[in-house]
Amino acid sequence: MAITFKGGIHPPENKHLSEKKAIEILPPPQEVFVLLSQHTGAPAKPIVKKGDKVRMGQKIGEAAGFISANVHSPVSGTVKKIDDVPHFTGKFSPAIVIENDGEDTPAEELTPHSDWQNLPRDEFAKIAAEAGIVGMGGAMFPTNVKLSPPKDKPIDNVIINGAECEPYLTADHRAMLEFPEKIIEGTQMIAYALGAERIIIGIENNKLDAVARMTEAAQGKNIEVIAVKTKYPQGAEKQLINALTGREVPSGGLPFDVGCYVQNVGTAMALRDAVVEGKPLIERITTVSGTIVAEPKNLLVRVGTPIKNLLDAAGGTNGEIGKVISGGPMMGLAQWTLETPVTKGTSGVLFFPPEDAKLGEETNCILCASCVDICPMRLMPTTIAHQAKAGNFEIAKKLGAMDCIECGSCSYVCPANIKLLHYIRWAKSEIRKMK
Amino acid sequence: MADKYYVSSSPHISSGVSTKTVMWSVVLALIPALLGSIYFFGMRALWLTLLGVAGAVVSEAVVELLSKKPLTIGDGSAVITGILLAFNIPPGVPWWMPVVGASFGIIFGKMVFGGLGNNPLNPALVGRAFLMASWPVEMTTKWIAPRGGSIPAIATKIDAITGATPLGVLKNFVGKTLADPNASPEKIAQAKQVLHSMYANWTNLFFGNVGGVIGETSAVLLIVGFVYLLVRKFVDWRIPLSFIGTAAILGWIFGSPEGMFKMNVLFYIFSGGLMLGALFMATDMVTSPITVKGRWIFGIGCGILTAVIRRWGGYPEGVSYSILLMNLAVPIINRHSMPKKFGYKK
Repeated sequence: MAITFKGGIHPPENKHLSEKKAIEILPPPQEVFVLLSQHTGAPAKPIVKKGDKVRMGQKIGEAAGFISANVHSPVSGTVKKIDDVPHFTGKFSPAIVIENDGEDTPAEELTPHSDWQNLPRDEFAKIAAEAGIVGMGGAMFPTNVKLSPPKDKPIDNVIINGAECEPYLTADHRAMLEFPEKIIEGTQMIAYALGAERIIIGIENNKLDAVARMTEAAQGKNIEVIAVKTKYPQGAEKQLINALTGREVPSGGLPFDVGCYVQNVGTAMALRDAVVEGKPLIERITTVSGTIVAEPKNLLVRVGTPIKNLLDAAGGTNGEIGKVISGGPMMGLAQWTLETPVTKGTSGVLFFPPEDAKLGEETNCILCASCVDICPMRLMPTTIAHQAKAGNFEIAKKLGAMDCIECGSCSYVCPANIKLLHYIRWAKSEIRKMK
Repeated sequence: MADKYYVSSSPHISSGVSTKTVMWSVVLALIPALLGSIYFFGMRALWLTLLGVAGAVVSEAVVELLSKKPLTIGDGSAVITGILLAFNIPPGVPWWMPVVGASFGIIFGKMVFGGLGNNPLNPALVGRAFLMASWPVEMTTKWIAPRGGSIPAIATKIDAITGATPLGVLKNFVGKTLADPNASPEKIAQAKQVLHSMYANWTNLFFGNVGGVIGETSAVLLIVGFVYLLVRKFVDWRIPLSFIGTAAILGWIFGSPEGMFKMNVLFYIFSGGLMLGALFMATDMVTSPITVKGRWIFGIGCGILTAVIRRWGGYPEGVSYSILLMNLAVPIINRHSMPKKFGYKK
């Protein structure tokens, strides 16, 4: 049996809708909306103004602080304005709006390094920072920060995350099938930069074709490609580390506390493109799917493309749209408009009919303990939710509310339709306020 | 910005398993045992069970109507209480007893605490305890001989035991005779013969050819229903396993009036209400622990109490009181059996 972690669930995968569809290039739209906040941390500071001519790949927003990231123009053209646009979190957020001239004139600001094996180890974090690379699995944490771990936290395991455990999403799957060499090269760079001894690529065993392709590409490169059990949230950082190495990231800690570094396959590929081709992160592979999408697809899209364009490319929907999700159905964010632009972390956009939009009404907890049995962090979700409802946030904290990774498995299994994760999130925000 | 889509926090999908699904599956799982009971005890078993269900459902509805709360009788939980209450009474009782027992269980065992999910005790067992305390004669003598068999599940002409269930014979005839210093050697030999005859006929208990309360008669049909729930993952196997396992071990060691290690374990586990209690009442989600470790503790506790009551208590059987006592211990068990959180040392 394939290795895995303790707990978890197995929702219907629904990857068949798009997993056989080769990646198609979506031409950039007339206007792109480049959000300044596409990463964990401070929004980037715009360094262009209305009327400026910009080239494709030109830096237009600068990292504002240690945890922040540069943003680049995904097209060539003219800055039309800097204005608030719908952000995937539901708020409005400033974006640089660029009128696309359709030329894709490159800026060539980054130096390509085909001989990267000769670069100093700390150069990779610098290139990642310059190229605006952030985690593309959804968390969008700046990669350069991760590539510079504290000196007293040596990394011995580099783990590349090809689990893609969210239902419907197939972007990483397609990347592994179509660009395995690029991913392997990016992986080698990360391991080289960190001086790690062991390099593992973890892929869920519902993608055995990807396991085979990656194994082939990793041949003779001291990289282990391991098939892990298909179980949600296998791709969650802590759970993947646990499955592959047996280690447990301590409460409140980070992977480097147990000598591990985890990066999504798409990010490894983006790092490789930045180093070898001098390409900043301005495009990504995204799955457009859901039960009502006419032709589910995997698209290579420019950052800043409104999700409306992605839906059009997938042939629109059969019937009325009830819910739009940026990301997967377990951890993704519901969208109120199709004007939301794609960011560096948009792993997929999903569309569902009105009848699937709303989950059932909450009824009494019957203490069935389904949530306790499956919590991958081994918490007691129903107990935390009970305490939160009673306003006992101190107790919720003691019960480990802050350790919750917000995977949503508890809400998924609850027969009483209790929005357990919702209550735990609320507890977390109240606990943060107590400090 | 004319777009309007439903926005909510993640996750956006759910398993589709609802409380209703779980509860009605439990009802379905109890049907084989009910059919067995109808076969062995006649249509009375069905009518009494339906009266129990009616009592439970109507009293839940009345309480909710009076307190202007939404009606929850469709969720199936009151139906389960009604069936289980009826399963816990002898088939020869008057018709009103399941109605009164189920109503008491629902009103004072469930609704006063706020309805499903908030009750500390299994409502069916609350109802049963009320009936036991109020009409002890009916509750302990109104047995009916099963079709083609006898109440003690053995053929005998001894008047003192023809109307008693196997555990009643064990405690009140065999147990008292063997403990009596003035008993004649013939009487002792007779008691031992009866005991060994019951051991030898344990298959009658397994298949249901034995007197007892409505639901406990056939162990195999209870197991069939339980396996269905197990396959559908609507029940935990740890509580029944630890409950029956503990009772079996303690019964084997101390259970026989003949002395230590003399009990026939198969007779011990298939007699009385152990199967019904361990498979369907101790496993009630609401009143059993939510932690994995807690479920082991709960089952072991039920097993110990059952063995102790059977051997040294006043009643021949102790399953239902054991479960009620352990129900009360659930909050403290939960508190002391929390799982080791991911990323913590201890």
